[in-house]
Amino acid sequence: MPPALTPNRSETAFEDFKLPLLRDAAVAEANRCLFCHDAPCIKACPTAIDIPQFIRKIATDNVRGSAKTIFESNILGMSCARVCPVEVLCVGACVYNELEQPPIEIGKLQRYATDRAYEAGWTFFEAGKPTGKRVALIGAGPASLAAAHELRRFGHACTIFEKRATIGGLNAFGVAPYKMRADRAMTEVEWVLSIGGIEVKTGVGVGSGTATGANDVSLESLEREFDAVFVGVGLGADSTLGVPGEQLAGVHGAVAWIEAMKLGAIDTKSIRRAAVIGGGNTAIDVVREVAGLGIPHVEMIYRGTREGMSGYAHEWTAALAEGAHAEWRAVATAIEGDAGRVERVRCVRVDDNKRPIAGSEFVVEADLVLLAIGQSKLGAMLASLGGITVESGRIRTDANGFTGRAKWYAGGDCRNGGKEVVNAAAEGKRAAQAIDAAISPKGRAHV
Amino acid sequence: MSDATHGITPDLSTSTGGIKSPNPFWLASAPPANSGAQIQRAFEAGWGGAVWKTLGAPIQNVSSRFGGHTIRGVHGAGFTNIELITDRPLEVNLREIAETKRLFPKNPIIVSLMVETEAEWREIIKKSIDAGADGLELNFGCPHGMCERGMGSAVGQEPKINERITSWAVKYSTVPVLVKLTPNVSDIVPHGLAAKRGGAHGVSLINTIKSIISVDIDRFVPEPRVGNLSSNGGYCGSAVKPIALHMVAALAREKDFGLPISGIGGVSNWRDAVEFILLGSSTVQVCTEVMLRGYGVVEDLIDGLEEYMRTHGFRTIPEMVGKAVPPFQEWGDLDLNYETVARIDTDKCIGCQLCVAACHDGAHQCIHPQEHTRVPRIDESECVGCNLCQIVCPVPGCITMEEVDNGFTPATWNQFVNDGIKLRPKKGAH
Repeated sequence: MPPALTPNRSETAFEDFKLPLLRDAAVAEANRCLFCHDAPCIKACPTAIDIPQFIRKIATDNVRGSAKTIFESNILGMSCARVCPVEVLCVGACVYNELEQPPIEIGKLQRYATDRAYEAGWTFFEAGKPTGKRVALIGAGPASLAAAHELRRFGHACTIFEKRATIGGLNAFGVAPYKMRADRAMTEVEWVLSIGGIEVKTGVGVGSGTATGANDVSLESLEREFDAVFVGVGLGADSTLGVPGEQLAGVHGAVAWIEAMKLGAIDTKSIRRAAVIGGGNTAIDVVREVAGLGIPHVEMIYRGTREGMSGYAHEWTAALAEGAHAEWRAVATAIEGDAGRVERVRCVRVDDNKRPIAGSEFVVEADLVLLAIGQSKLGAMLASLGGITVESGRIRTDANGFTGRAKWYAGGDCRNGGKEVVNAAAEGKRAAQAIDAAISPKGRAHV
Repeated sequence: MSDATHGITPDLSTSTGGIKSPNPFWLASAPPANSGAQIQRAFEAGWGGAVWKTLGAPIQNVSSRFGGHTIRGVHGAGFTNIELITDRPLEVNLREIAETKRLFPKNPIIVSLMVETEAEWREIIKKSIDAGADGLELNFGCPHGMCERGMGSAVGQEPKINERITSWAVKYSTVPVLVKLTPNVSDIVPHGLAAKRGGAHGVSLINTIKSIISVDIDRFVPEPRVGNLSSNGGYCGSAVKPIALHMVAALAREKDFGLPISGIGGVSNWRDAVEFILLGSSTVQVCTEVMLRGYGVVEDLIDGLEEYMRTHGFRTIPEMVGKAVPPFQEWGDLDLNYETVARIDTDKCIGCQLCVAACHDGAHQCIHPQEHTRVPRIDESECVGCNLCQIVCPVPGCITMEEVDNGFTPATWNQFVNDGIKLRPKKGAH
């Protein structure tokens, strides 16, 4: 197993933003569910959990059955209960919204059932009879974990290659800690791996041709040695602005900064003002994290409008409640500071076409600048393999994750360009089913 | 609605069997009517009358005593008890009856009684009337405990004994006598007629229904649990209302009956009370809802009823009593050619499709999901007009049952059998 997390992590400053439901509240909430036919919440869930069914089971105190229903569709149901943007998925689809009554708190109910399962140590799945087939999975994030678990149910041996020392992927080092802390993600990883037969090789990069690291393996060797390969890598490094001053101390990529905060301790005591550049969900996450760590002033600088940002409205509403500020229709033109440390961000307003408006220049004072304008995509790592199409850094596949090159499948952020954990879980599971169909003896009855 | 109509204040006063009451709402003989202090508080809250918890033979109670039926998180949708008649000393009850009468002279106190021998009946009737009882209610209904000693429902289930004891009571009473009937019989009518033959001035029904409310599935013991044993209880509360309504109506429409009725069984709100009155009750008695929510529920009973009476132009309770009895008929006299179909208001529909599941699994498979919309489609050529979709729909007024003019003249099964009258083609029967 990879090394344990250090207890000295900045993220431990955060409490859960959404409080768990205690038993009586969960039962009361579950009793409100209408048990819709062909329910809209199921359709809104990328993993298509039978939500009315698991909620009904909570209402009758059949919590074990409830958890089974959840995990049957999504083995990462415990983390998804915490990190899913339910407001725009299942909860957003609840018919109670149409009745102008509060929608069912599906995420909290899912957390109730899955947490109970973890606490009680219930297990629901066993590895299938060994098939003698072996599958390699690249990246130890949600997509690969979901795929590996499903493959184990089919009886295929799995090996996960992870270049980091930490497994769990974005769930471990990227999720906002007020949704889930890394230790919880680690607990989930252990729970998933407990099905047995999943070998995890950490500190092993996978590359094309001549691999760089000492332990690294090549794509070609994986293809040779395994019956199938699932690519479940996430996204790459934070994008940069290409403006002067990005190299100054105190300027960080948001994802890298979040990882440092989640997996270790960062010193924010001397920081008075933070600026976050971007308007997506990573930007809002990091705004809320900065505020939560007690940095007195945080300003989000976004080139678009509040209405037009890709970050979720409900997240921004929460950020505002936590004291965040924003400069809308603003872009950074330079980052400045004396003595090699950031002190300010020069900005200019832009028009509807994102063109600078002359004379609208202004300055945002900041001793911490976090860039949340996207991440590089890692699809290019497969470019050397013929028959695989990489578009804008994303690996193109059919609906089941098949790349078009025999043995090669992909799912999660490297395929979808960067979505939710629940999308990765869904894509991993679907790809596992496609892999099983391809490598199992013909005529096998599938689960 | 005109102001003139609204200007009328309905007269809620009523009487059953000659027992006059300022409004139709009486506390039933039960724990809420156990003591003078309770009943005085109830009268202050607005209750019209009270049937004092049954005086009679000495008893001792068990613990526990009550159980509740829960459905979808609603506790006490049904209720049971294995408590017996009053366990307080007779003298205390009589003293408090007198005191309560003195404090609330306009609110009738009906004293419920249950003893065995004629001499005991004579004695307890005299004491009750001396204490100030405005009426008596003979407890021929209790289906647990007392019946094992030959009282309560053991009397109510035997018309001859019912008649005999009723005649004793009437003989010794100078105030009206109501007989409280048990629902633990296959047909209520002979039992009502027995009370009438015994000379009763009215009846009250229903008492509770023999029941096991639930089972402790970890201890393997029915509930309510007394140590490691249980016994059948008397079922009551909202869940029994339909049974009670039927029994009240069955007596109300019986042409040989004709006695006043005090309706009991699951009255929880003014709507329930209106239903009992429309089916022939001149007063209604309430227990379970008070046990669950307290005396304060009477405020809604009173002003809800008043508003209903205003809306429908009723000035007095007697104008309402039995108004829905004539349409209560035998099935064979229903019009088989009357046809309704379900309609969905597409603007109100929230797309839950409970109707789809209900119709497909529990009815006639005529409600279908559609492409591109969550609003289902009803195949009216297959819809039998059963109401199931309307019942499961969570949106008030979204699904309505619409009358269809199919061109057929009304025709009943009896007419079909006797005269060969033409029936419309069956729907959904293939």
